[in-house]
Amino acid sequence: MALAAARGLVLDLDIRDAEPGADAAFLDRLGLFAARRWTPRAAISGPDGLWLDLTGVTHLFGGERAMGIRILHFCRRMGFTARIAIAGTAGAAHALARYGAEPILLYPSGREADVLAPLPLAALRVDEEILSAAHRLGIDRIGELIAMPRGPLNRRFGKSLLARLDQALGWMGEPFDPIIPEEAPSATLRFAEPIATAEAIDQVLGDLMSLLTARLESQGMAARILLLRCERVDGQNQQLAIGTARATRDAGHLLRLFRMKIEQIDPGFGIERMQLVAHRCEPLGPMPIESELTGRKLDHDLAPLIDRLAGRLGSRRIFQMGALESDVPERSVRRAAPLDRIEEWPSQWPRPVSLLSPPERVEKVMAELPDQPPIRFSWRGRMHLVRKADGPERIYGEWWKRSGEAEAVRDYFQVEDETGARFWLYRRGDGVDNRTGDHDWYLHGLFG
Amino acid sequence: MLILSPARRQRLDALRAEIRTIEAIGRAEEREYLPFGIAEIDQRLAGNGLAAAALHEVAGAASGLNDDAAATLFTAGIAARRAYDGRTVLWALRRHDLFAPALAQVGLPPRQTLYAECGRDEDVLAVMEEGLRHGGLAAVVGEVGRLTMASARRLQLAAEEGGITALMLKRWRRSNEDPLVLPSAAVTRWRIACVPSQSLPVAGIGRPRWRIELARQRGGGPHQWIMEGSDAEGRLALPAEPLRRSAAADRHEVRRAA
Repeated sequence: MALAAARGLVLDLDIRDAEPGADAAFLDRLGLFAARRWTPRAAISGPDGLWLDLTGVTHLFGGERAMGIRILHFCRRMGFTARIAIAGTAGAAHALARYGAEPILLYPSGREADVLAPLPLAALRVDEEILSAAHRLGIDRIGELIAMPRGPLNRRFGKSLLARLDQALGWMGEPFDPIIPEEAPSATLRFAEPIATAEAIDQVLGDLMSLLTARLESQGMAARILLLRCERVDGQNQQLAIGTARATRDAGHLLRLFRMKIEQIDPGFGIERMQLVAHRCEPLGPMPIESELTGRKLDHDLAPLIDRLAGRLGSRRIFQMGALESDVPERSVRRAAPLDRIEEWPSQWPRPVSLLSPPERVEKVMAELPDQPPIRFSWRGRMHLVRKADGPERIYGEWWKRSGEAEAVRDYFQVEDETGARFWLYRRGDGVDNRTGDHDWYLHGLFG
Repeated sequence: MLILSPARRQRLDALRAEIRTIEAIGRAEEREYLPFGIAEIDQRLAGNGLAAAALHEVAGAASGLNDDAAATLFTAGIAARRAYDGRTVLWALRRHDLFAPALAQVGLPPRQTLYAECGRDEDVLAVMEEGLRHGGLAAVVGEVGRLTMASARRLQLAAEEGGITALMLKRWRRSNEDPLVLPSAAVTRWRIACVPSQSLPVAGIGRPRWRIELARQRGGGPHQWIMEGSDAEGRLALPAEPLRRSAAADRHEVRRAA
């Protein structure tokens, strides 16, 4: 149906553009979930379906019907309408799920020919061309196709139609391309005798690390987050995590990060199993060995330093300060992770090196309205006489972000008092209109 | 002041040079110095500049926030001049109250500044040492209230080994306790105060003016100057006093052309 026609029928139609890429990505994730949760063999079927190979798994979910109902419930919670058909062949299940009558259909294997007979040919996964040719010849149902002699059919339509038919009826095998969920690379060591000393743990950690880095290297991956799991004899688990600013598989560096935290492990009566998991990985190709022999001056990489500092302080406390697009001073800076790209501040207007947060109110201000700088003000109980001043720099409220600032105005002045101390003062309001602010004065920062 | 005879002065100079070589742990010729680019300051400093691989202390002259801000900008200016080649400056903060755009205005661009919010003095010192030993930074700046002799010596050693400038910004803890009174292993110790700037012939505000006091230095004497605050490249300047305005103005022209 054309969009205009649909709009004619329904007045308040909610219209969204199709996003086949996003749909496919979501289906991939659903397939991955199915492969992890429901069955080890799951595959994507076209743009709108999943195949689950239920051989030997249905008893875990209480039988085929119970499992189907459970999956339908899951899909409903996710906000999807789903249909399930369980049949002996992939082709039959595909056809029945799309053209069957009920949301859950169960058919034992061996009866595919009877079940499929009333369904249209389109259920067979064949090209549009073959469908229209068959339609011209008066073949509409699968049952009619099954009844026809195979030789002429092969000559008329080619091999693909018969192959699809045979696959649906189970006369011919069909390749199955299962989704294989990726396991995080890991290394595990078990001990005959539980270990408890820091030296032993350190030793094992070194062994695990060399196993894991070798595995990562063979896969062309490098770690961003590593987890160390220690299983104790009393069944308790201990876990340590480290993160890196950039993907790395430098065993020495990763070990150093773990050693900063190794004292947090409480071995109790002993640890019997240790596992090192690369929880988050990123691809990383082979790295050249940095050395003075190459004749190049060594380029000091900051990432190891950042990791060590983050290990000591916590990763949120190592940061860069970048610009945000805002004229309001306190909103013009943002914290960014180290090594991220950040923007610089565009304006060269004077900005104080220390910004008071929140701004402090100053009293006993003597200033001529509307736009003269103050002559004197009192801050923290001390009177300052202004000798030199510059301003105003007018900054408007961000009405597009906060409705309360629709008419707000701040007039900033840079002033110097009799001792040479420099302040950044502002007046709320433009000095004329009371709607723009209450004309109180605030100290927002100090210049050097 | 003591008036020295020429012979005695010569002997004293020779002794001072000897002490300097002993202090430099046998690698005096390798030492790198960062000049201020102002002859009045540089000729008073041992080595005609700030030793690049050493610890320097800066504090505000009084307990006010203004002198603190001036000391911060003075420090940022030195760090910015060290970071001229694109290397990164590590800034170990105790609390995060710096306004980064102001640092960008004295020549320390945001992409070259890495902040570590430490909370405690001990963490500031540990972070600084880690940064100094890394060896790839332009400078390491730390803010502390109190610095013991032992930790100052540790930092000084780390700075020498890593070849990195360590700048210690000392905050006033109490209004009657000068942070530079306690002995320290720092090579130079500076005290910065705001002083009234020169009046412009028109309404407005000119370049800030600071009283820069070199309170102590290893291998040299104390001194103090009145200077104009850091410009967009972190450089100080001689104030253009009315008496020698023409000479200073000429200098300014040359600097701008360079």
